[in-house]
Order: sequence, then structure tokens, then C-alpha cells
Amino acid sequence: MLMDNLAVLVLAGFVGFAVISKVPNTLHTPLMSGTNAIHGIVVLGGFIVLGAGADGVLNKILLVVAIAFGTINVVGGFLVTDRMLGMFKAKAPRSPEGSR
Amino acid sequence: MSWIHDQRLIQGLYIVAFALFIYGLMGLTGPRTAVRGNLIAAVGMAIAVGATLLTPGLGNWWLILLGVAIGTAVGIPAARTVRMTAMPQMVALFNGVGGGAIALIAWVEFRTSEGFAHEPAYVSVASLFAALIGSVSFWGSNIAFGKLQEVLPGRPIGVGRLQQPLNLVVLLVALACGVAIVAGQRSEVLVVGLLVAAAVLGVLMVLPIGGADMPVVISLLNAATGLSAAAMGLALDNTALITAGMIVGASGSILTNLMAKAMNRSIAAIVAGGFGGNGSSSTLAVAGDRATRQVDAADAAIQLAFANQVIIVPGYGMAVAQAQHAVRDLGSQLEARGVTVYYAIHPVAGRMPGHMNVLLAEADVPYEQLKEMDDVNGEFSHTDVTLVIGANDVTNPAARTDPGSPIYGMPILNVDDSRSIIVLKRSMNRGFAGVDNELYFDPKTSMLFGDAKASVSEIAKELKEQ
Repeated sequence: MLMDNLAVLVLAGFVGFAVISKVPNTLHTPLMSGTNAIHGIVVLGGFIVLGAGADGVLNKILLVVAIAFGTINVVGGFLVTDRMLGMFKAKAPRSPEGSR
Repeated sequence: MSWIHDQRLIQGLYIVAFALFIYGLMGLTGPRTAVRGNLIAAVGMAIAVGATLLTPGLGNWWLILLGVAIGTAVGIPAARTVRMTAMPQMVALFNGVGGGAIALIAWVEFRTSEGFAHEPAYVSVASLFAALIGSVSFWGSNIAFGKLQEVLPGRPIGVGRLQQPLNLVVLLVALACGVAIVAGQRSEVLVVGLLVAAAVLGVLMVLPIGGADMPVVISLLNAATGLSAAAMGLALDNTALITAGMIVGASGSILTNLMAKAMNRSIAAIVAGGFGGNGSSSTLAVAGDRATRQVDAADAAIQLAFANQVIIVPGYGMAVAQAQHAVRDLGSQLEARGVTVYYAIHPVAGRMPGHMNVLLAEADVPYEQLKEMDDVNGEFSHTDVTLVIGANDVTNPAARTDPGSPIYGMPILNVDDSRSIIVLKRSMNRGFAGVDNELYFDPKTSMLFGDAKASVSEIAKELKEQ
């Protein structure tokens, strides 16, 4: 199980490397924000540990805070990225007309 | 309905999710596909979340929902209302809470497994690694947020020569706690000690780093959070966490490297203590007794009206003043008069790479007029007027000429090659790197003090009357 997971880990690293190495300067800020949203996936860790029946008040409080943090990371991250990219969206259909 | 809780279904959905993450990121690499790419990645996230909720025997539903509800209630308004200029610190904050989540989960894991008593060694190692990096990332990101939001001073704060030994000692304390736990110690003091030491390390690492390096730091912390998410995935045997975390770790590392390269600095040098305080003292001394030339909006308008070519160099000052629309108006007016107008974009102008592009795109500046540093640097020598709008460090010739300057070696826009330079600036305050700008004392340079938006609008108004 560990070895399978390590194999996945290494391959995912190379995939990340290959996909990202071709980004134009302009998109660096949205890209950072987008990848930032993706690591919010840790919220799943919170679901699993809390869902597996963590008991005790402190454990529960810590995990609820962790899930709230993870959710902020995911929801906020994707929304902010979308707002940044909204500018490119408005731009694309207009530019062919503008160049007439 | 037992099939719906089948572990294979969950695993299958995880595979769909990470395929969507990768496809989404591929989309994010082009302006046309970027919006869709982000959306696709978000769909991947929704699938991963949904799949996890199918885990057999999942309990504490109300608490899970409570956490999600709180997170949504905080995250959506924060992301909706943040000003464009404040985006970088918002990214820092979102990154920080992600790291914080990881640290908290690892802590609870320690508590519920009685100090990893019945777990294989790799689970404790991976969890503790995740806890350490998560805590560093949380506190480091908060300091970065504080600096960019100007809650904390942007200049480097540190203890000088003792900084690195001190950081090393704190890191060793954290590692010692971790090693003791892996070796079989069960005391909770150790895991709390690890988290606290990592927190102190995060603060100590980011505080001495000057504001100009902050984007690189945020990017680095982003990559670190990704890696710690991957480690958490190993500990929890969760493929979604491993793949997503590792992809972010890899991409963040590359982005960090690109940003550091654009400033001609190594990541190691930045982390090891930011812009050193020694070089800046020499440039500080000469600043006081030299005079700058000032110009008013009417004069500036005349100079611009009779130019053949004008290059506009936007910087953080434009972002702060929200002057991008006014700048675009001025640019269009000049074009209507037959002046060739370019916008020179330094890779790290503003607070992040692409910061200026995003703002100018918002103001509908045509793509063709945005020139990157290497393309535009040859143009300055046959440019009549260069209009610097709230950019500072990226135009400082000291980066080429003064080996004692903290920014020496950073590639800059060769603004000083042009026939004349007009600098719009709020005051003679230093830039984010905390050094004086030689450019302002150049005899070809004249200064127009004031808010960037007000100054640009004033120039545009005067220009109409020409």
C-alpha cells in the first residue's frame, strides 16, 4: 500500500511539473491561486478523520476548525481565481471586433 | 444501496477528480481556456468531496456540515469582496488556512491514535511532516498577509546575523519533537511542541524577508502546503490527497523558481534572510542631500502630446490607486494623436507576476500594446517620454550599476535609456525593497507627486486642452 502510494506520489509530481512548465507570464497569478485552491483538498482529510468517529470535545473542535479552514481554502481559492480570470473571459470575444 | 459505499466507487471517483484537476490546470495555461480550466478543476474538487462523503460508516455528519458551512460563509464573501489590488494577500491567506487545516488534522490524528501507537512508522513520519510544514505555512502565510496588507511593516525585520542560527535551532527543536514521537514517545507535549516550534519557524522565516520578495515567498509556501497535503494523503492512504497535493507541490515549485529567476535571485538566498540590510545603508546616506526635478500635469501633458513614442511603466502604485482605467484613457488619447504607446510589464511589477497584465486587461488595454521586459528594453532608447506610474524597484538603475545595492543583479526595465522620464508617485517613499531609486535623481527625470489616478486624469484633462 505504501509503495503503491509512493509510486502515485512520484508520478503526480512529474505530471504537475509537465503541465505547469508551459504557462505564460500573464497567467502566473491566476495559476498560483488555482493551484492554491486545489490543495484545499485537505478538507477531505478532515472529513475522513472526523467521520471515522473522532470523539472528545477538543478533537471535534479542532476538526471542525480544520474543515472550515479547508473549505475556505477551496471555495475562496476557486472564486478568487474565477474573478481574476473573468477579465480574460470578457476580453476574448471582444478582441476580434476591436482589431477591425 | 451497498454498492454506493463501495471503496472501488470512491477510488474511481478520485481518479475522475484528479484527471479533472490535471485537465483543468492544462486549461489554466492559456488565456482562452483559463476560465474553463478553473471551472473544471472546481468540478473535480466537488467530485472528490462527494466521493469522500460516500465513505462507509462516516459519522459526525452534523459537525462535518457545520465546518463546511462556516468555511463557505467565510470564504465566499472574502473572495467576492476582495479588491483586485489585495488579491496577492488573499491568496496568501487562503494558502495559510489550508496549511492550518493540515496541521490541525495531523494533531487530531496523533490524539486519536494514542500517539500513533498502533500505526506503521511511515504514518507517523508522514503525519508529522505534514504537521510541521502545515504549521510553518499557516504562520508564514499570515505574516506574508500582514506585510502585504501593511498591517506589519513591509521592510525586513530580523535579528541580523543570529537569524539563521536561530531558525536552525527552532527547526531542530521541531525535528527533535518529531523524532521522539516516531521513536515511540506518546506525550502530547511533543506534538504541541512540534506545532509551536514550526509556527515560530514560519514567523521567523518570513519576517526578515523584504516585501519585494513576498510573491516568491507566497508561491513557496503554496508549494509547501501542497507537499504537506500529499504527505497527509500518504498517512491517510487517500489517493486524492496524494495526487492533488503533489501536483500543487510540483507546480508551486516551478512557479516559485520562475519568479525568483525573474528577480535574478535564488530561492535559497531569499529564504536565508531576504534583502540584506548592509547594502541599503550606503544608498540611504546619499539620498537626503540630492534634489529631484518636479513637473506639473500641464507640463507633462505637453511633453506627451509632442512625443512620437511613449512607454507607460505601470507598478504597484497604479494598482493601489485603481488607476488602470484612467491610464487606458490617457493611452487611447495619445494614440488618437498619433503617438505610439506601449506598456512595459516587468515580470514582478506589482506584487505578483501578471498583476499588471490582469489590471490592464480589466481596463481593456489591447494585448498587442503590453510588452514584456525583454521585448521592450530595446525600445526605450528611441522613446521620447517614459511615464512611470507607481513603479519603483523595477526601474532602479542601481540594480545594474551598484553592486552594494540589495537589488543588484535584478533585471530591470531600462527606463533611464529614454529621452525623458516622468515619474508619477505619491511621495519620495522608498519602494517595497526599501531602497532609494537612483532614477529619480537622473537629470532627465521629473517627478509628479500625487495619487496615480488623480495625476493621470489631470494629465489627460490637460491633454484634451492642447
